[in-house]
Amino acid sequence: MSILVDTNTRVVVQGITGRQGAFHTEQMLDYGTQVVAGVRPGKGGEWGVRNVPIFDTVKDAVEATGANTSFIIVPESTAPDAIIEAADAGIDLIVCITENIPALDMVKVRAYLDTTSARLLGPNCPGLITPGEAKVGIMAGHIHTPGNVGIVSRSGTLTYEVVYALTARGIGQSTAVGIGGDPINGTNFIDVLQMFEEDAATEQVIMIGEIGGTDEQKAAAFIRDHMSKPVTSFIAGQTAPPGRRMGHAGAIISGGEGTAEEKMEALKAAGAKVARHPDEIAEMVAQNIS
Amino acid sequence: MNLHEYQSKRIFAKYGIPIPNGEVATTPAEVRAIAERLGTPIVVKSQVLVGGRGKAGGIKVAKSVDDAEAVAGQILGMDIKGLTVTKVLVDEAADIRTEIYLGAVLDRAQRRVVLMASSEGGVEIEEVARVTPEKIIKVAVHPFLGLRDYQALQLAEGIGLPKEHMKAFTQVARGLYQAYVDNDANLAEINPLVITGEGKLVALDGKMVVDDSALFRHPDLVAMRDPEEEDAAEAEAREHGLNYINLDGEIGCMVNGAGLAMATMDIVKFYGGNPANFLDVGGGASADKVSAALRVILSDKKVKAVLINIFGGITRCDEVARGVLEAINTLDVKVPFVVRLVGTNEEEGRRLLAEADMITATSLADAAQKAVAAAKGENA
Repeated sequence: MSILVDTNTRVVVQGITGRQGAFHTEQMLDYGTQVVAGVRPGKGGEWGVRNVPIFDTVKDAVEATGANTSFIIVPESTAPDAIIEAADAGIDLIVCITENIPALDMVKVRAYLDTTSARLLGPNCPGLITPGEAKVGIMAGHIHTPGNVGIVSRSGTLTYEVVYALTARGIGQSTAVGIGGDPINGTNFIDVLQMFEEDAATEQVIMIGEIGGTDEQKAAAFIRDHMSKPVTSFIAGQTAPPGRRMGHAGAIISGGEGTAEEKMEALKAAGAKVARHPDEIAEMVAQNIS
Repeated sequence: MNLHEYQSKRIFAKYGIPIPNGEVATTPAEVRAIAERLGTPIVVKSQVLVGGRGKAGGIKVAKSVDDAEAVAGQILGMDIKGLTVTKVLVDEAADIRTEIYLGAVLDRAQRRVVLMASSEGGVEIEEVARVTPEKIIKVAVHPFLGLRDYQALQLAEGIGLPKEHMKAFTQVARGLYQAYVDNDANLAEINPLVITGEGKLVALDGKMVVDDSALFRHPDLVAMRDPEEEDAAEAEAREHGLNYINLDGEIGCMVNGAGLAMATMDIVKFYGGNPANFLDVGGGASADKVSAALRVILSDKKVKAVLINIFGGITRCDEVARGVLEAINTLDVKVPFVVRLVGTNEEEGRRLLAEADMITATSLADAAQKAVAAAKGENA
């Protein structure tokens, strides 16, 4: 057991012919993920990296290969179309890696997705991995190890840092999910926390948030009211100045709202452990096990 | 990207929002000429991208042409929160009867553009939100429907706007929403929107922040960027595709990934240091980019030590190491470097750096402590 992706996941890569798309297709295949199709308009009928069949549309790919999950790695100007196309083709889980999609495009995309049954992860995220089963993302697979800690995070490299520390201590992960650093995304903390709470393979959860918005505060209320499993958290950006966008489009303290301090307070009050810096996270998780 | 008041108001005017007659000037003589054309009284307003211009003395009314020139002489060249005033907007003074607030923002929780109005115009909306939140009326706009007239009326009624101004207000609200959407704004604000003695609605002050991610489709807005307003190091970083923000501390940080970059700053602070900057070199950074990043960091004379924290994934540690060596060989480096390389090709990266005189670290905590010690001149 795990959440969202496993050995039954069948991936179609939108943007398979790009340099990054081809590279990560190979990386996912090497990890054991079933990448069954690629999409590139105008190149239908050709073969991509490692002889993955290419289709002109996601619909063609789904009909021919039974793909149920999409991995999107196309430029920011075409990514909104790619997401909507995947949803219209009946894809269940859409993982969008693309960074710098205009926020108002995502407002429209999300409003449309809410009328379909598709789930979007991201955009501007590293994807997700169920160690030993499937990787639908750009993270380095080898630092992960199968186990019982679920991870949900707004940041890519910070997650790798934490996973690396866990693996070094012999603590495995059930699924690691990157929800992305954008202000408007498809899946939020609460969605993933609920899945981990219901997942038999997950015994405890790590939540990595950052400054900007109120998602962590809402997640804290969810943890207080609905989570029986222990949650260890960290909020990046304790030293960030207000009004500046810290790399991620969503990481900005505006009008005094969205500070690390208020998020850490809310999580503490909800009964979650709150690490002061990333190196404390694995230590706190280990304490829950012993 | 932040737009100046005059730029924002000119955009608003294109969408049918009334603004005062006004012109931009860079010398007191120009201000005098504009005052002669427009007639007095006029308002001379500093154009700098910070809040609190009025309180700082950067906005003044002039009753005569002589007065206008004198006031301009005071404002041009003055320092407001570290920015030098190089241009002013000269507006016809309005006969203000009532001040209203009207703004559009992206509400992350509702995932909608939200229009906000308040009867408390002329003060910061954050302050109104803190003290009297009930005085802010909001409507959320569905992206497929746009702002509907009934929603504009809800705002007008909510702030107690007299009925005779409803039609004009609806037009302003529609214009503001359209300006917001067409220009990919993050924020568009009219504060104050005033009712004049003649019973007209006029946008006296305007502010727009544009979504950086959407600039690729707005060359007209990119052309409005004011190089004088930008930190030189931040401008150079942007040219190299680096996310860099200059801060006040003494430890320069070069990290890959925004979240890890923030966390690295946090841990530096935790161990008693202060970060000199936020810098994300991005995923898959080349040696050239790394070298440019270090050049930017070292251009800050406050930097007493540099902390390099790379967690390789798509970013390769050997490539980063080459960039570091390139920077060291071409720049006159006088401060100690603390380097932590983990992940893809880390052995090769460490081997490349072994001959350079650098402090190495294994964990993030170890790296931060060594950087803090190095900045204090202690041997780690």
